[in-house]
Amino acid sequence: MIGIEHYVVVSSILFVLGVLGIFLNRKNVIVILMAIELILLSVNINFVAFSAFLDDLVGQVFAMFVLTVAAAEAAIGLAILVTYFRGRGSIAVDDVNRMRG
Amino acid sequence: MIQTLAFYLFAVLLIASAVFVILSRNPVHSVLWLIVAFFNAAGLMVLVGAEFIAMLLVIVYVGAVAVLFLFVVMMLDIDFAELRAGFIKNFPLGIAIALVLLAELVLGLGAYQAGALQLGAADGASAAALGVSNTAAIGALLYTRYLFLFEAAGMLLLVAMIGAIVLTHRQRGDSRGQNVSRQNQRRPGDATRNERPEVGKGVVL
Repeated sequence: MIGIEHYVVVSSILFVLGVLGIFLNRKNVIVILMAIELILLSVNINFVAFSAFLDDLVGQVFAMFVLTVAAAEAAIGLAILVTYFRGRGSIAVDDVNRMRG
Repeated sequence: MIQTLAFYLFAVLLIASAVFVILSRNPVHSVLWLIVAFFNAAGLMVLVGAEFIAMLLVIVYVGAVAVLFLFVVMMLDIDFAELRAGFIKNFPLGIAIALVLLAELVLGLGAYQAGALQLGAADGASAAALGVSNTAAIGALLYTRYLFLFEAAGMLLLVAMIGAIVLTHRQRGDSRGQNVSRQNQRRPGDATRNERPEVGKGVVL
């Protein structure tokens, strides 16, 4: 018998893997962006599972908006990455301090 | 029985491919594992009857986002071995933070199972209508109650598209683009001329 808890456990593990991916690949922006996609995917799984569990479609509607934001974020992030690579010839995030922030 | 089997298949494959996404040496392999992860997540969503979101996940993520990642990874000439230098150094900190996060999530799940906070139940206003497919039910909700949010999402995508184009577009000096005003200013008399050459004489160009 599969309950809501199973889905929550799967999405929790996926979320933690995404955070771990950000920490492990601190230098590689592309893998960091992929780890962010994993985190958003785990959020979406949670939304959809609870939507089915509570018989409330708003969760699925919200999951669609999360999907939209994730797609926009990936497009903008990769565009910034391409621009940055053209200027620097490298994508190492460790020395991104051009603005002294 | 088959539902349980399918759930565990999708869940194990999802977790395994997520592990490979963050651990693989080559980012191209990471993108391919990400595609596997999205397919399995779509499978998990189909299992609870959310087929619209599942298909959206496959189309949007596998069809667009993953291909975008692949393009960028393959277009940029990056020394990936150098980028992995900090992998071992960051490992203990990453594992520690991951364990703390996992402990928090397990705590939350335990509290939920021990009798969750009562925040009120769903009022049934947005329950799936009986006898209607998932896609039709979501569409009925999306185009009525959430119409403005839906259009705001479209506006967001438009802004992201324009932003990405503005960021990556560059004017190269040697490109020969179309000059519309020069085209419109040009008259037939400037470009052609009628000649009636005598036999045996050529035409001066």
